Amino acid sequence: MTLVLPIIVPLCTAVVLLLAPAKPAQQRWIAFTGSFAQLAAALVLFLQVQQQGYVVAQMGDWPAPFGITLVADVFSSMLVVAVGIVGMAACAASFGGVDPRREAYGYHPLLQILFMGVAGAFLTGDLFNLYVFFEIMLMASFVLMALHRTNDQVAAAFNYVTINLLASAVFLTGLGLLYGSAGTLNMADLAAVWPSRHEPGLDLVLAMLFLTAFGIKAALFPFLFWLPASYPLPPAPIGAVFAGLLTKVGIYALIRVFSLLFRDGSPWPLTLLLWMSIATMLLGLIGALSQRDFRRVLAFNLIGHIGYTTIGLSIGTSAAMAGSLLYLAHHILVITTLFFVSGILLQLRRTTDLAALGSLYRDHPWTGVIALIPMFSLAGLPPLSGFIGKLAVLRGTFGAGFYVTGAVVLVVGLLTIVSIARLWDEAFWKPATKPAVAPTPSRPLMVPVVALSLLIVGMTVGAEPLFRMTTRAADQLLAPQDYIRAVLDSGLGRGR
Amino acid sequence: MELVFAIVSGVLYATGLYLMLRRRLAQIIIGLGLLSNGTNILIFAAGGLTRSNPPVIPPGELEPIAPYADPVPQALILTAIVIGFGVLAFTLVLAHRVHQSLGSDDVDDIRSEGSA
Repeated sequence: MTLVLPIIVPLCTAVVLLLAPAKPAQQRWIAFTGSFAQLAAALVLFLQVQQQGYVVAQMGDWPAPFGITLVADVFSSMLVVAVGIVGMAACAASFGGVDPRREAYGYHPLLQILFMGVAGAFLTGDLFNLYVFFEIMLMASFVLMALHRTNDQVAAAFNYVTINLLASAVFLTGLGLLYGSAGTLNMADLAAVWPSRHEPGLDLVLAMLFLTAFGIKAALFPFLFWLPASYPLPPAPIGAVFAGLLTKVGIYALIRVFSLLFRDGSPWPLTLLLWMSIATMLLGLIGALSQRDFRRVLAFNLIGHIGYTTIGLSIGTSAAMAGSLLYLAHHILVITTLFFVSGILLQLRRTTDLAALGSLYRDHPWTGVIALIPMFSLAGLPPLSGFIGKLAVLRGTFGAGFYVTGAVVLVVGLLTIVSIARLWDEAFWKPATKPAVAPTPSRPLMVPVVALSLLIVGMTVGAEPLFRMTTRAADQLLAPQDYIRAVLDSGLGRGR
Repeated sequence: MELVFAIVSGVLYATGLYLMLRRRLAQIIIGLGLLSNGTNILIFAAGGLTRSNPPVIPPGELEPIAPYADPVPQALILTAIVIGFGVLAFTLVLAHRVHQSLGSDDVDDIRSEGSA
């Protein structure tokens, strides 16, 4: 039951939102309540997983390989909690941050459907179901992105839609071939059957298909160019949700599928993934340094730091994986917060072009101080969560003997500091060329930024239990026998 | 029979990808449609092409009659067709919007207008 709630609650909220009168105030409160309920459901699930290790539910009581399975382990329950947190922040920001046109055309229900798709993708135990939740999430994000008349946004939306549909087609191709050979799409069943079959050719083809499909969705090199063209354009709450959640679904799918299906297969796809991660990190940060717009710098930082989260999978030791997962959790919080900060800048100065920004620290010292927390955290300055995440990744890479990768991680960390220092200098420190438009940042945008910044500080304080949790998640991922047993046994036990 | 299906699906993939690399929005959308149909045929063929009974349990029996077709690929394709149809309809509307706001259906014009 607890497994269904994080998926059902946003769906019900969306239905209520569609039925309720289209008054902005009511819609906002319903959406906020719904997101709160989803976060609560996610937390209950999280606590349950902490106690039991795995929570499994068979839909309609069909035994495991035949019906649809929902399953949560530490990794997925952690991400579902992140969905709840980002969702609540976005709904809180929607009290002031969205234009009325968008709100009238179904902004709130679409956002809820997006949360449902993301939570579903994290919780499903069936590969085809994963495809369906991907499509739900993408459809909602397509409309959210296109809900606007400005030329830039419509054009960016078209590029975004095309590249994502291509990724879906590649994913579906992989699914079809996999089913044709293995005869099942239940992930646990596949994990039990597939690695022991000796079809090295097909195994390699499938690994490459999934790597391509999820690589596009996660914006890994060489598939990253769609992201900076589309993410900086929508208003702050949408940008924050996209940046925080959508690429992470690609990473989740990559980690899940590779740790279950291709763990004993050819080592080439994982080596390739390692080089792709390295290229993503370097290219992302070099791109960030070359940009002259606050939100585009953020988008490139987002890409660059995605590399950190895939290193662990390609190295494959418990320490590296745990570091990457910790970094993933930190990254979701920080990048979401920074997109909200960009929304504040947009509100104060009507632009995020770095040349036109400036003297924000003089005009709004508190905003500047609070924005420093996510910025320093992204840059990895001690003692904030970014530093702890990077340290964990570094210990994983050096511990496994991947010195080149570790060196790249360090260089990229340095580049991030440069990029963030430049952002702070240009946006907050240097004297402005243009006068301020709005006198103070509106409270609906400040609330999520403050709350998320406090959470980042909380992550710093609670780093040790968090790292213990991601270590447990990594151990679960690296030893899928327990996952297989948990899913398949529960089906036989209750179904008969 | 498998060979025919393999060739058809390969041709659909090739034409779909070729069209997606073209400059006009309409061609890209047709390419997307062909690509998703190629995928559907691939799933259908990969699921096993057999001349056998429908996977329906006749009245009074407990199992379907012995050589029966696997229903799962067909269910997958059905879902994929529905999703593909919805997505295609949305892309058409979006392309219409792009054409309305830019007055062009050329991808190069989108690039120069956009901030990429």
